Parts: sequence; C-alpha cells; structure tokens
Amino acid sequence: MTGWIAVLMLAAALVAVHRPFGDYMYRVVSGRDHNVVERGVYRLVGVDANAGQAWGVYARGVLAFSAVSILFLYAFLRLQDRLWLSLGLPAVEDHIAWNTAVSFVTNTNWQAYSGESTMGHLVQMAGLAVQNFVSAGVGIAVAVALVRGFAARRAETLGNFWVDLTRITLRILLPLSVVFAVVFMVGGVVQNLSAGVDVTTLTGGVQHITGGPVASQEAIKELGTNGGGFYNANSAHPFENPTAWTNWLQILLMLLIPFSLPRVFGRMVGQNRQGYAIAAVMALLALGSIALTVGFETHGAGTVPQAVGAAMEGKEARFGIPGSATFAAATTLTSTGAVNSFHDSYTALGGMMPMVNMMLGEVAPGGAGSGLYGMLILATITVFVAGLMVGRTPEYLGKRIRVREIQLASLYFLVTPLIVLGGTAAAFATGNDATALNTGPHGLSEVLYAFTSAGNNNGSAFAGITVDTPWWDVALGLAMLLGRFLPLILVLALAGSLAGQHSVPESEGTLPTHRPLFVGMVAGVTVVLVALTFLPALALGPLAEGLS
Amino acid sequence: MTRPSTEREKGTSMTMTLDDLVEAGPEPAPSARPVKAGLLDPKQLLRSLPDALRKLDPRIMWRNPVMFIVEAGAVFTTVLAVVEPSLFAWLITVWLWLTVVFANLAEAVAEGRGKAQAAALRSAKRDTVAHLADGRDIPATELRQGDLVTVEAGQVIPGDGDVVEGIASVDESAITGESAPVIRESGGDRSAVTGGTTVLSDRIIVRITQRPGDSFVDRMIALVEGANRQKTPNEIALNILLAALTIIFLLAVVTLQPLAIYTKAYQAAAPDTTAIDGHGVTGVVLVSLLVCLIPTTIGALLSAIGIAGMDRLVQRNVLAMSGRAVEAAGDVNTLLLDKTGTITLGNRQAAEFVPVSGVDPKRLADAAQLASLADETPEGRSIVVLAKNEFGLRDREPGLLAGARWVPFTAQTRMSGVDLDGRTIRKGAAAAVLKWAGVRDAEIDEIVDRISSDGGTPLVVAENDQVLGVIDLKDVVKPGMRERFDEMRRMGIRTVMITGDNPRTAAAIAAEAGVDDFLAEATPEDKLALIRKEQAGGRLVAMTGDGTNDAPALAQADVGVAMNTGTSAAKEAGNMIDLDSDPTKLIEIVEIGKQLLITRGALTTFSIANDIAKYFAIIPAMFAAVYPGLDTLNVMRLHSPGSAILSAVVFNAIVIVFLIPLALRGVRYRPAAASRLLSRNLLIYGLGGVVTPFVGIKLIDLLIQLIPGI
Repeated sequence: MTGWIAVLMLAAALVAVHRPFGDYMYRVVSGRDHNVVERGVYRLVGVDANAGQAWGVYARGVLAFSAVSILFLYAFLRLQDRLWLSLGLPAVEDHIAWNTAVSFVTNTNWQAYSGESTMGHLVQMAGLAVQNFVSAGVGIAVAVALVRGFAARRAETLGNFWVDLTRITLRILLPLSVVFAVVFMVGGVVQNLSAGVDVTTLTGGVQHITGGPVASQEAIKELGTNGGGFYNANSAHPFENPTAWTNWLQILLMLLIPFSLPRVFGRMVGQNRQGYAIAAVMALLALGSIALTVGFETHGAGTVPQAVGAAMEGKEARFGIPGSATFAAATTLTSTGAVNSFHDSYTALGGMMPMVNMMLGEVAPGGAGSGLYGMLILATITVFVAGLMVGRTPEYLGKRIRVREIQLASLYFLVTPLIVLGGTAAAFATGNDATALNTGPHGLSEVLYAFTSAGNNNGSAFAGITVDTPWWDVALGLAMLLGRFLPLILVLALAGSLAGQHSVPESEGTLPTHRPLFVGMVAGVTVVLVALTFLPALALGPLAEGLS
Repeated sequence: MTRPSTEREKGTSMTMTLDDLVEAGPEPAPSARPVKAGLLDPKQLLRSLPDALRKLDPRIMWRNPVMFIVEAGAVFTTVLAVVEPSLFAWLITVWLWLTVVFANLAEAVAEGRGKAQAAALRSAKRDTVAHLADGRDIPATELRQGDLVTVEAGQVIPGDGDVVEGIASVDESAITGESAPVIRESGGDRSAVTGGTTVLSDRIIVRITQRPGDSFVDRMIALVEGANRQKTPNEIALNILLAALTIIFLLAVVTLQPLAIYTKAYQAAAPDTTAIDGHGVTGVVLVSLLVCLIPTTIGALLSAIGIAGMDRLVQRNVLAMSGRAVEAAGDVNTLLLDKTGTITLGNRQAAEFVPVSGVDPKRLADAAQLASLADETPEGRSIVVLAKNEFGLRDREPGLLAGARWVPFTAQTRMSGVDLDGRTIRKGAAAAVLKWAGVRDAEIDEIVDRISSDGGTPLVVAENDQVLGVIDLKDVVKPGMRERFDEMRRMGIRTVMITGDNPRTAAAIAAEAGVDDFLAEATPEDKLALIRKEQAGGRLVAMTGDGTNDAPALAQADVGVAMNTGTSAAKEAGNMIDLDSDPTKLIEIVEIGKQLLITRGALTTFSIANDIAKYFAIIPAMFAAVYPGLDTLNVMRLHSPGSAILSAVVFNAIVIVFLIPLALRGVRYRPAAASRLLSRNLLIYGLGGVVTPFVGIKLIDLLIQLIPGI
C-alpha cells in the first residue's frame, strides 16, 4: 500500500512540477541572451553564438564533442595512477577504460568495473561526473534541435549545438545538481575526499569503506539519467541512497527532465496540447510498466519467494519490494540505469519488465532528451500509418511525412533491435555467454539484458554475468557507441528535413495528434513493435522461466 | 454494391469475418456511374494466372522486397523439402509458393482490367492516312508537329491537333465512350481534336500538335496498361516502412537460431519435434515464422491498390498523367471551381418580369418575348418560355413575322431586339438600353441594383423610347451543390468559386451555393495569383479549366484537371484530363485520391495487427516441447506444433486472396473529419486485424489436424 502511495506521490509531484520546470527549460533553450560565463565558453570554443547551424554542422558538432570526450576520458583513466587523488589505485585496464569512456560519454554509464576499487576521486569528479553533465546536455540539445525542426518554417538551421549544450549545462543541469546534492547530503549521502576507513565488522572481518564526493555525483546521476554509481552497489549502497525518502527523491529526479521535456516541446511548437499528448503516451506506458513490475514482485512467483513469503532476494530491506520495484521500473523506463536492487534476483516476469522497458526504446519517458526524440520518432511512424488511414499524405505538426522522413525514422528504429538481437546472438554464437552465472533461460536473460542495456544506453545491469572480459568490454562498448550516435545522427537529419519544409495549415482533414485516440495509438504501436521484435528472444528467457 | 453471389456463398464463418471486412468497401458515390471495379470474378483470376506465374521471375519480384523475401524463403524450403522430404515440409513449401502466386495474382488481376481497356483503345489507333493540306498523302505515323492536314466527313483524324480552319461535328466515342457528336471549330476554346476520332460532317484543317508516337491515345494506352507506372511518393514511403519491418523481423528470426541452439542444448532431454531439434529451429519453421511476421498482406496488395486506384479514375473517364497527381488530389486543401458550368447550370434562366410602375407586366412580357424570338441562346429561349408560362403568350414563329428586322447582339451594342410594324424593341445591359432609349430612370436603377445584389443578371427592356421594365435572369445553382460543399468542408477542403461576375452578384451566388469563398471579376492572372498565394501558405490547390488562358493556372495548380473539350494548351498544362468534361468531377477525383491512401493505410494496419495472433500460434509451437510452460501461450489450443505453424502459413496466404477485392475496390470512403475516419478505420482494420487471424487460424487448424501425420 505504501508502495502505491509513493507512486501516486511521484505522479503528483511530476504533474505539479513539469509545467513550471518545462517552461523554465523552454526559456533556456529559446533565449538569446548570453551571460559572462557563457560568452567566455563561446570565445574559448571559438563559436559565434548567434549563428545557426544546418543539421549536418550540428551533427558534426555533437560527434566532434563526443569523440574528444571519449579520447579525453580514456586518457584520463589510463593515466589515473599518475594523477592526484588516485587513492593509490592503478591505471585502468585498456579494455575497461575504453568501455567506461564510451559508456559515460554515451549517457549509458554501464560499469564494467567496481567504482570504489577502480576509480580515484579525481577521475570520479573531473572525468566521470563531467560526462554525467555534458552527455545529458547533448541528449537534450539533440531533442531540442528535432523540435526546432518541427517548429520551423522553411528554415535551414536548427540552432547552435555549442550554445545549446552550454546553456543546458550551465542553466539547467548545474544549478539543479547543486541544490539536490545539498538535499542528498542532508539525507545522509556522504560528501568528502576521504580515502576511506577500515572497520571491523560484526563478524570480526575487516572491511575498507571508501568515502568520496558522492552526493555531488548522485544528483546529476539521476537528473541526467546517467546512472553510473560511485559505488559498485550503486543506489543500494547506504552512502549513496541512505533512506526511503532519498530513494523516492532519486526516482523523482530520474523522471523530472524526461517528463518535463514534452512541455518544452509543446511550447516550442506553439501547441501545448501536443506536448501533453506526448507526455500522456509516456505516462500511460510508464504507469503500466510500474504496475506490472511491482505486481510481479509483490506477487512473488517462484519457489524461493513462495517459501520465504516475499521476493526479497537482492533487495534492500530499507526500500522494500515496492520501493525497489518502482526504482527498477523508473531506472529502465528512463535511460538512467542506476539500481537499488538486483534485477537478476527478481522473479522471472518481474525481471523481464526492466528489459521490456528498455526494449520499448526508453521512451516512457526515456533519457534526458533521448526519450523525447525517441517518442517523437514513434509518433512520426504512427502518424504515417494513421495519416494514410484518413486519406491524406500523413502530416505531423504541419510537416508532411514523406519518403525522406520515413527513411530516417525507419532506420532509427532498426538500429536498436540490430544491436540488441545481433549482439545477443553473437554472444551465444561465439560462446561468450559462458561468463553468465546461470544457464538455461535465466542465463539467456542475463546475456539479453546486457545487450539490451548497452544498446539502449541504459547502463543498468541484470548482474549475474561477468562482463569485464575483453570480448564483452569491446562488444558492449560498440553497442553503446552505435546505439547512441547512429540514432542521434538520424534524428538530426530528420530535424533538418523537417525544418526545410513548408508547414501545412491544419484543417478538418488533418489527423488530430492530441486526442486520446492518437495517444492510445502511439502507445499501441510502441508496444506492438517491441513485442513483435523481441518476443521470440523473451520467450526463451524470462517467459520460459516465468511460465513454467 | 454488386458482388458476385458465388463469392458470398463460400461459406465458413471465417470467410464471413473477412467478408464483413471486405463489405466495408465503397458504395458508389451518388453521381458516379456504376463501377465495375471491385468485382473478383473467378474467371478473371484464372485468366490472370499465367501472368501471375510469369511474375515469379526473381528479376521482377525484386521490385517488391517483401514478396521477394517470401519467394527466397520458398526456394529455400523447396531445397530442404527435397533433401529431407516430409509431408510437413512439402505442405509448407507449397503454401509459401502459393503466397507468392497470390500476391502476383492480385497485381495481375489489377493490370488485367487495364489491358481490356487498352485493347479497345488500340482499335481506335487504326492505320490512317493523313491528307496533308499541300495535297500529299502520308501515313499518319509520319506526321510531324506543325503539319497541316485536311479531314473530311467520314475520315478519321490522323493525329492530335488544333482546328485552324472550318467547323465540323466529330464523333469522339472512341476515346470518351460518349456517342453524341461534338462540335469542333477553329479559334476559341473548342478547337482541339484528338487523333483516332472521326469527323462526321464538314471539312476541317488541323494543325498537328503531337510528337510522333506520343498521341493522346498512345498515352492513354500506356496509362491504363500501367506500362510506365511510377510508384507514387506515399507508396514509396510505405514501401520503405515495410522494408524496414521486414528487416527487423528477418533480424528477429535469424538471431533466434543461436538462442534456440543454446536452449535445446540446455534442455537436451526434451524430445525433437518438427519445429526444433539439436540443430535449433528447423529451416522450414524458421522460414514459416519469417513469412508470417513480415507484412506480406500489404506487401502483396500494395501495387494492386495503386493500379486499381488509377483504374477507378479511368472508369470515371478521368486520365491522370501521373500517380503523383492522384495522391495530391487526396491532399488538396483548396478547390477552385469555375462558377459557370460547375456550380451553376451553364446558362442563366429568366425568372421574373419586373415592370416599372405604370406598365402592365403583360406588356413587358410581350415586348420581351418579341425581342427574344430570334434569340437562340438559352437565355433568350428561357425568356420566351417564361412569357408563355406566366402570361400564356404563344410562341410566334419568326418566319410568320415577315416584316421583322432582327437586331442581333454584339459586344459593342450590348443589346439585341427587333424592329416590327413601327415598334422598335431592345433588350440588353441596363446602361446600353437606357442610353439607346435616351432616358434616365431612378426606378430602373433601383430594380437593376436589387436584381444584381440577389445574384441575378438584369436585362432592361425598352420599346421605342419607353423603358418597360427589367427581366431578371437568374443563375441557377445546380442541385445538390450545397451538400457537396458541406462534405468538402467536413473533409477539410475549402472551396473557392471563380467568376467573372461583379462582387455583389458573385457574393449572392456564393452564399446560395454554400462555397467558402469567391473570387469575383477574376482574370486569368487573378486566378494564378490566388493559386500561388494558397501554395505559399503550404496548401495544395486543385482546379479545372478548359481555355488557353487557363493553362498557366492549370500548370501551377497541384491538381489541374483539363476538360477534354478544352484547348490543347489546357490539356498539356493540366495533369489530368476529364473525358466527360464535367467540372464537378474534381470532387470525385479528390475522393478517389483519399480512398487510395486509406486503403493502403488500412491494409498496413491490418497486416501488422495480424502478427499478434501468429506469434501466439508459432512461438508455443516452436518451443513448448523444450519449455512446456510456453504452452500457456497456445491460447488457440492448436492441435500440434506442425498444424499450428501450417495453419498460420495457410492463413497468411489465403488472407491475400480474400483481400484482393478490397484492394481493387478500395476501402469505403465517406467524407468525414479525420478523427472520425481514423477511429472507424482503426476499429475495423486494427481491431479486426487483431481478432480475425485468431479465428481464421483456429478454423484452419481444425481442418488441418485431420491430415494424418501433421
């Protein structure tokens, strides 16, 4: 019961906050004033802040920035032992450094390492945390560029990537992170530069407990839908997520930006109701998913849960089943990937839900920015089929969905299945599934989960599989890289194509894209497409296990 | 709607479900001629079979990626069935081939109907001899642009051109199907003649305007045969989406194999079945899964839908020069309609005699009738008729009035009349008649103003120097126009009336007809400017026209329908030609364009929705032997893995055949707002698409389980 109250409070908080916060973000991304710091950044990068960029230039900016980030982070990790605050930790191994660099730059935060025993404080603060900000900023910038494409009338440019990234980071992500870092400190999350203390445990063993700048990283970890934990145990660790209310707040932060972006979208295209419709699709899918996850977990099917009375394996007692299951749903519905419980230990069907959430393409509400653009692509495809059914060349927000738009949208939704299913099949075909802890359907789930998480840039782990082998690091690194940047280029190309179009005026013959029927149709198309794509694989994994 | 009874009687309840879907086809629009489209005569299927088999050539199949995959799969299972024969493998193989053949059949049937029409047209293209004006005779095929030819009564016009000298009645039934002859004369807007038509009387000299081998009839033949049918933009976009779905399912199926091998190895004790053994899922079953998942239904029918859409236009005697234009018709936002002939009957009718005070109405009618007796225009005749109806004035034969001197209408005098026994009567434009009579009359001005503002045309009648009154000539709006414009509005289309009338008259007629807007005192330049303005706002514009001065506007409009009676310039400029020269046809063209898109969208939805049931059939069939729990998904309780897979494949194939009539006829289109259309079509084709295969596959399974060994 308390679990449902927490979910209702989440919904209520989002309903209350998304409008003012969305309006604020709208002002940030459409404003033209530049403050001193921003002007300094533009001078440093050498960019004319008032010059617009065509989609190709915008995309090159994104790619160049990300490539430099990956190289920088890789070098940073490799050189950690020669820098300050390394806590005496050695340089990160090459394949792990590659995997981690890609992982943080792609907003995935897949962690093939154990945080406290691999990364020193400097790397955590100046390397990983910086990417937590800018990778989220890149996602939001691209989403905004796509929306500009819808809103534009025969325009050549989509705004300026460097300006968008700077403003989003400095005006949205940074101030909010500061505020919530303080809140988390109040809630008991640690914030120091301690190398840790050795304590004697109740059983007499000695345990080394690392301190560190955790709270400052925790806020952006959730807010930027990153998910990379300071500690290996992530949000299950009491220093990262001490109480039930910090847990609730973390869930809220994950959902905050993704659920507020539809408001930005509505404002930018000049029709708030279009934003509400997109938010409604997200909410519909999210509530359905949370209800199912919590339901499967509290119902606790399976031999052990039945025997002990609850599916508590892998869950923290201070969060309980609903607090864990809601977190699991939220972290995979967004592209966060933080965990406060171990999805591997969930009941078969309960553990399938995080996977399904990610397979939906992380659009309900999805990652910071990536959720909105993913959902807009799905809406575009829905509009295409629905639009034909009303006897017009399909149009969305006055933009005709023609050959080029469908080409780009189709390629977009090809990418993720290609990576997820291709990667999973490759793991089995090459025998790399052997590092999974389990065999049979559960082992299959462990492998499938890993590629689903990497390909969708989620970063959460099912756990139960050893992924710090070179094969896994390279394969998952590629999955993250392609899973992030291919769709992103396609989205920007789509934005460019839309921006160049005339806008068709709305009439009685126009398919209304703000009514419940359309909302239901987008949700239906999303679920059906995903079900049809992944059902065979799921049948051999969680379904086989859960239905036995 | 007419349907062959044989089809309706084919009886299982599954066909009823499908029939109900098919039943949702269009009812012919009230004004449309009975449409042959939509019938699926079994004989027609049989006739098209050779064509369908010819299309199995992979070089042709390649153009349809979805069905090409099916064909490749069929080849693969054939090989497997030969290498390792089993009843199951052969049955699957046969049905996979049938799936491809059914798809080709749909296209062949659609094309077949055009071929019949083309044959009829070819007969019009007889070898004719052209008599050049300089006296030489050459075969018609050697005519060049600009040649002058002489055609006399009984001769066939050797090529498309314009009459430069003479007037003749021409039988154009060879291309229009209309047997009443039409008049063609030099100059003006009725000068165009078409090669293959026959001159019935008189003699004309024609300047050839066609390039050799590119006559109107040649283009018509190519068009109805679909010889150089280009895929339309929406069709290409849909094809891309279908190809993407196909790739996704290909991926889902291919990547399943390593997982299946792993699974089978894990559950080594599970028995081998027709679907899965130690080598994973068997090839035949993998192909079956793939074929069932990829959107074969819409993939099979897509090109038939396009051909049939063009065919529906041809049935209504409209020739579209490109499929693009037909699609654009569905998208039209603004419809420009000429007032005369489209919204109103071509001619004005006398409606009332309005005498000035002190004049007996009968005297006015008498004078008006006398002045109109020699006036053969419809307006003139309507005055005579009105005088007879209202005052019993008998028709006096002009010949009996021996001393009469008839004064014809000229553009300079702007009046006509008669001088008879000392009476000089004139009728005509108010200003002209008043000037002639030499009077000024405030009362007349008032009457004239009132009639004008009511949308009528005032005709002032004067005898000697006395103005008797005014005849009110009314424009008669065609019956049913207001309803049609209301429909248009519901479809989101704005109608604009174009007229040369003054704004007041135009406003009155516009209000009476129920159009949304009007353009009065319109010149061709105004028309062009209006189209450009609409297009600059992102709107698509459709219009009709026939005159040479319409050509720029026809060319600028997104959908320009030229009347067949129009000039060559107009026909060149438009992207459609209406052989019936009926300007209201535009409304039907819009509906056909919409119907084309709706049919594609509806069948796509149906096709994808079908997949849900197929998964429930095939997944448990493949894996329940390994994980018995998965049998929970076998909600249809299908007999065995083999029967389940076979049923899904059979359903997938025959649903194509059942939907051919729908594809050819098009989904029913009733003008309505987009939201209503969507909910209706989503209910029928979305929900119907989910439910139908559950029923269909179960029924097929009930039959198939009787086959021993399956």
